[in-house]
Amino acid sequence: VTDLSVRIGSLSLRNPVMPASGTFAYQLDDVFELDRLGAIVAKTITSGVRAGNPTPRVAETDAGMLNSIGIPSDGVAAFVQDTVPKYARRAPPFVASISADTPDDFARLAAEVSVPGVAAIEANISCPNLEDDGRAFAMRPEPTRAVLSLMRRATSLPIWAKLTPNTGEIADVARAAEDGGADAVVVANTLLAMSIDPRTRRSRLGKAMGGLSGPAVKPVILRMAYQCAEAVTIPVIGCGGIMTAADAVEFMLAGCSAVQVGTATFIHPGAMIRIIEELDTYCAEHAVARVADLIGEFVAPEMLGA
Amino acid sequence: MAPRVVESIAAVLANEAVNAEYRRLDIELDRDVVAAVLPGQFFNLLCGGGPAFLRRPMSVYVIDATAGIVSFLYRVVGSGTAALAALEPGGRLNIVGPLGRAFTLPHQPSTVVVLARGTGLATLAPLAAMARTRGHRVTAILSARRIDLLDGIAEMGGHDGEVHALSDEDGSSHVANVERLLRRTVVGSPGAAIYVCGSRRLLRAAQSIASEFGIGGEVALEQQMACGLGMCFCCVRPFRHNEGMRNRRVCWEGPVFDIAEAVA
Repeated sequence: VTDLSVRIGSLSLRNPVMPASGTFAYQLDDVFELDRLGAIVAKTITSGVRAGNPTPRVAETDAGMLNSIGIPSDGVAAFVQDTVPKYARRAPPFVASISADTPDDFARLAAEVSVPGVAAIEANISCPNLEDDGRAFAMRPEPTRAVLSLMRRATSLPIWAKLTPNTGEIADVARAAEDGGADAVVVANTLLAMSIDPRTRRSRLGKAMGGLSGPAVKPVILRMAYQCAEAVTIPVIGCGGIMTAADAVEFMLAGCSAVQVGTATFIHPGAMIRIIEELDTYCAEHAVARVADLIGEFVAPEMLGA
Repeated sequence: MAPRVVESIAAVLANEAVNAEYRRLDIELDRDVVAAVLPGQFFNLLCGGGPAFLRRPMSVYVIDATAGIVSFLYRVVGSGTAALAALEPGGRLNIVGPLGRAFTLPHQPSTVVVLARGTGLATLAPLAAMARTRGHRVTAILSARRIDLLDGIAEMGGHDGEVHALSDEDGSSHVANVERLLRRTVVGSPGAAIYVCGSRRLLRAAQSIASEFGIGGEVALEQQMACGLGMCFCCVRPFRHNEGMRNRRVCWEGPVFDIAEAVA
């Protein structure tokens, strides 16, 4: 029997598979037993109520999709009153995901969601759909450090920094998150992207830009997860186009301690469960006793024949 | 608890053109699954074999629990429906569903108007069938660009009901004529209900007549979807809510909504 458990800092997960923020809802309980997941990550909330972006919010592309949802949120009060108690009854650690416009607001919101039932806080410092031409805190190290260090003082819960792939310096940003006090980094959010309809000359989304996800981004995000894992000592959680257990294994070999699955669930609602089951099969077939033994076991070319 | 939403593989029984634009796809499912499918609900279809990455939501057109068959009526408009059109009898189709909130009919036998165009021809057909079974008097007002595009589409009025086939060609689909037909049908039937799908103009006409006569009704709406399960918030539309507006998910809070709350 394979030991599928992994650790993310002080948290122990029964397996390394969890939903990516914004790709999960309680109604998946109608599809599979939620308690089988390694963790549950909530949809990002903001402090106040937000309507989100204009439609269309989704555009299909080859091997993936673009979205411009724009973080619709019912606000922190509804989250604490209604959402947290529902998940607090479930076995997997429940991770809140928060977004804010300033480092101070991130810290304030982190304190507000630090309630019983929340096991960790994911700081969505990466959503490319916010204003500022798609720029986000996690595009550069300094704003990343600023957000994380203020959050660190505001909560005693583990903090996961969700990084953006829309930067040329993701390893530096990951180090800044670690310096600021993050307990893990999630690599990564969606790739800033566009889609134009040649007939109408308009964006296929309600905004000019959106975030690309799905198998199309996997090789790029895998590379970034590897670079981050090489750069930090805290756990890295891989997130980018993971559709199968083989994809999850790639991310773990690259140095990830766990993975988030998002777009796959839109196509196959039971995708996360299938990945957990196939991870078990992979480990059995490859004589891997503990799935955690895969973490960082990528054999880099320069190490061969050295 | 047993899962209520299932991803399953259905056998394709038939997939043929019914007229110049529309095609009908019949798939076989467990009879108890089909028995639970309600008019207004949809399935999310994986249109494999082509570039279509996301599933395509498709409302049910025929629900035959006795035979264990669900049918979809569709028009080829893009890569997903092109892949659907290529399915052969004996082939396989990966589906998720049934999904979404279904239509609700009046409790007492009454006048039921189905007002359909485009996709609405498919969506409202099983509702008309159910309404007839429950003893409602069904009037179908069907609108199309050309009258031949209604050929082969399910008979919605039934032998005791009325069917009005309207077209853009002869101008009979004009909103003034639709409103005239609606008025004539619901006048003197305080328990009447109007069900509409497929066009903003038709929704506006239904809202106007429903409001004029103080009767109820429902609309089935469309929006680009990704997940179909209320997770991604892609398919929102604005609805009237407490004097203001509120976004709701077509896949999860809908696709059937009260016509008084819908925005045409």
